[in-house]
Amino acid sequence: MSEQRLPVRIVVNGTEHRVEVPVRRLLSDALRYDIGLTGTHVGCEHGVCGACTVLLDGVPVRSCLLLAVSVDGGSVTTVEGLAGVGGGPHPVQQAFTECHGLQCGFCTPGFLTTVAAYLEENPDPTEDEAREAVAGNLCRCTGYQNIVASVLRAAELQREAGA
Amino acid sequence: MTALDEPLTGSSLVGSRVQRREDARLVTGQGRFLADLVHGTWAAAFVRSPHAHARVVDVDVTAALDVEGLVGVYTYEDLLEADVRDGTRVAERLPLLIPHPDLTHGRTGYALANSVVRYVGEPVVLVVASDRYVAEDVVDRIRVAYEVLPPVVGVEAARAAEHLVHDDVPGNVSAHMLQEVGDAPAAIDAAPHVLELDLDVERSMSSPLEGRGVVARWDPHESSMRIWSSTQTSTGVRAAVAAKLALPLAKVDCITPDVGGGFGVKIMHPWPEEVLVPWAARLLGHDVSFVEDRREHFVASAHERRQLQHVRVGFDDAGRILGLDVTLWHDNGAYLPYGVIVPINTSTQLLGPYKPGAYRVEFFSLYTNTVVVTPYRGAGRPQGVFAMERTMDAIAASLGMDRADVRAANFIQPDEFPYDHGLTFQDGRPLVYDSGDYPELLRKTKALVGWDEFRAYRDAARAQGRRVGIGLACYVEGTGVGPYEGAHVQVETSGRVNVSIGLTTQGQGHQTAFAQIAADTLGVRLEDVHVTSGDTRRFGYAVGTFASRAAVMSGNAVGLAATKVRQKALRIAADALEVDPADLEIVDGVVRVAGAPSTSIPLSTVAVLSNPLRYAFDASAAAATQFAGSAHPDRPPVADDDEPGLEASDYYSPIRSTFASGMHAAIVETDPDTGEIRILRYCVVHDCGTLVNPMIVEGQIHGGVAQGVGGALYEKVEYDENGQILNASFMDFLMPYATEVPKIETDHLETPSPLNPLGIKGAGEAGVIPGMAVFAAAIEDAEEIPIRRMPISPSDLFELRRRHRP
Repeated sequence: MSEQRLPVRIVVNGTEHRVEVPVRRLLSDALRYDIGLTGTHVGCEHGVCGACTVLLDGVPVRSCLLLAVSVDGGSVTTVEGLAGVGGGPHPVQQAFTECHGLQCGFCTPGFLTTVAAYLEENPDPTEDEAREAVAGNLCRCTGYQNIVASVLRAAELQREAGA
Repeated sequence: MTALDEPLTGSSLVGSRVQRREDARLVTGQGRFLADLVHGTWAAAFVRSPHAHARVVDVDVTAALDVEGLVGVYTYEDLLEADVRDGTRVAERLPLLIPHPDLTHGRTGYALANSVVRYVGEPVVLVVASDRYVAEDVVDRIRVAYEVLPPVVGVEAARAAEHLVHDDVPGNVSAHMLQEVGDAPAAIDAAPHVLELDLDVERSMSSPLEGRGVVARWDPHESSMRIWSSTQTSTGVRAAVAAKLALPLAKVDCITPDVGGGFGVKIMHPWPEEVLVPWAARLLGHDVSFVEDRREHFVASAHERRQLQHVRVGFDDAGRILGLDVTLWHDNGAYLPYGVIVPINTSTQLLGPYKPGAYRVEFFSLYTNTVVVTPYRGAGRPQGVFAMERTMDAIAASLGMDRADVRAANFIQPDEFPYDHGLTFQDGRPLVYDSGDYPELLRKTKALVGWDEFRAYRDAARAQGRRVGIGLACYVEGTGVGPYEGAHVQVETSGRVNVSIGLTTQGQGHQTAFAQIAADTLGVRLEDVHVTSGDTRRFGYAVGTFASRAAVMSGNAVGLAATKVRQKALRIAADALEVDPADLEIVDGVVRVAGAPSTSIPLSTVAVLSNPLRYAFDASAAAATQFAGSAHPDRPPVADDDEPGLEASDYYSPIRSTFASGMHAAIVETDPDTGEIRILRYCVVHDCGTLVNPMIVEGQIHGGVAQGVGGALYEKVEYDENGQILNASFMDFLMPYATEVPKIETDHLETPSPLNPLGIKGAGEAGVIPGMAVFAAAIEDAEEIPIRRMPISPSDLFELRRRHRP
């Protein structure tokens, strides 16, 4: 008994990767073990916690709910790819640090990718909107208060940078 | 242990909201969690019992043998054979970690089930394969035949003891413990008023976002084992695995990588998987890993909280308690590897900030055919606070008194410390509170939430058809239990300061907080300090991170070790500068004469001079070589009472725990139709002594409150009568999202502990402890229906209304 494997071409954080993976390989596992980017974390493997959120063609997706072969030809952004072109931190990364928006850091990559995409859509959220924006991700450490503050601060940093 | 003989004068970092030094890695995906280490390892997976209670009749692996990538399949019989062959002890029962004289019937499980399974999820067969996908294919193809036995599920069934979880444990009672101060039954009988309450707390669990996991590497050339475990105690895992595998301790190391949350469940050790993965790695001569999936975490890690409670209380017209008699029935699950710490905490910490007059508490710890019960953040305290605070509210209701006034009437007063309750705490030491100011905490809490103004708000809301209620709950938490923690502080010749502590970290910001303490004590810049935790290669003596103890224990140990290093640095610098050490100060890593800063020597040079050299490894090292002229010709290069190097270790071992305290107040609104419970405000006033980093402490409080919200309104591990968990996924076990947790308003009080040099009390668990109690109080106030069971869902509330207002 041997597994069927297929070649997959995925652009991850701007770099093209060609890997051959078993057809049942999750995108999360392909990113972590075939491509070697372990910043994307797996918290539940059933799409509820959001820790594995990556951006697929700019849109947040749960990488534990996608098969790697299904994103052939797609472009994925992981937490490792959020940093700016100059290597400086993304406003979201800076804001989470400033506002103590993380403790153990396990869920954090999923929040960062989610918030980065959200701020593209809504660069000036209210506090309620900020809370709603992260309400699909579980965090067991922070109680979310500082995460909500981080979203607002990231928006502020992004606006300052754009000004 | 030395004394921190000089205060942290001019200290600028301790007490500051310093940004965390661990974040730069964690926000860029550079963290190193357990599952990030598994590349190239073989994966372990387990066939787990689908039955709550059954005899294992047969294991048939035939259908699994042709799976490509299968490495090995092992049952209990293989462990027995290996023990005989290799002298290991993996087939013996897992250890009972904390024995207690009243724990008369302690039973622990086996790494793999030995003929009987006692909970759904118990490991029966170990599979090792090329990766986890393949390992699960194999698991699916193994057929185990069981003879199903009647399960015992729930406290009532355990108490009834119609069936037994362990044949040789009568009544399913693992432990029965009684503590008494005065004659509580007589005091209650003689009291003007008497009340009785029956209370009920459901099962919950820690649920860190990262489950358990372990990687093991056997080095056949050195006969040594290296273990990486997502644990709250690397020294505990190391000692347990060394004992199980009959390896010298010197040949076993345990490294804790970044840990994705613990909340208590990871202080339990060694898990069956923590024993079996190293065992298999040695057997196979290949790295082996186990990374738990979410369902496994529900069915095969640990739970907590489930208790039935009966309270009988006698009190006077002013609401003062004259006698309190409490009986607890504690569900300890199928085995008791962690002992009875949780019900001991409930029975002692129940007292909170109050003087109960006479007190009698008795608990029965009961086996059930469910997942083992070990500490979850709060560790029995939330149940105790629930019992006490429900009692306070019941007293107030029966006397028609303000609920805050009843509490105030029972407070230990600030001039009564140290206050001896006459009981024995969970560390085996007298329950003596060290310091606190409960009246001031209450004043601040009432002011923050607007307690006195709420009645008018409530009445106005009622007039509009809205139901709002306010609740208050107080707690005292014994933190920083012993026996000890230690630290090693070393200044390298580059000026880099290495701080090593033995306990582990799971998000509490230890790399920052302990660097703050070391930098202040030594007089160096924060960025020059590098903290390593939970790596037995760096520091081998430690207990672990639990019971809100890390800041108290390791914080003080770091302070003490850094003080030793400072003293040595001053002595060497004084010698080099030919001045009196008393005239020296250390600022930004430079030792200088106070008031004459040009007479100075960098700490890096002091580090060079501290280690007399024969060989110069670089230009700066030349200063310490034998012809450099710095040594006294008539003295040995290293004095009899000295050691080379600018480094020192020290330990902090307190006489007993230090007691933090706090009060929470919540305002809720309940929907008259749907029973939905909305949190309008949540206020916290807490006192954990000296705050090392207020930002981190507040973060700990926020996280605890969120777990309190979960425990009060959402989270409940739901077992059916067959011992199956009905909600073993994040789809069904409802942990709060951002939209379920309110904005938390906080205020502080700082009553330093007199027991430790830094005056620290622990803060890690505080946020969760009064959660159930404060929501029960607020909902009761809104609904005017007694709330006796937690958690409470909208449908529970709906049912309660039907019963009380038919």
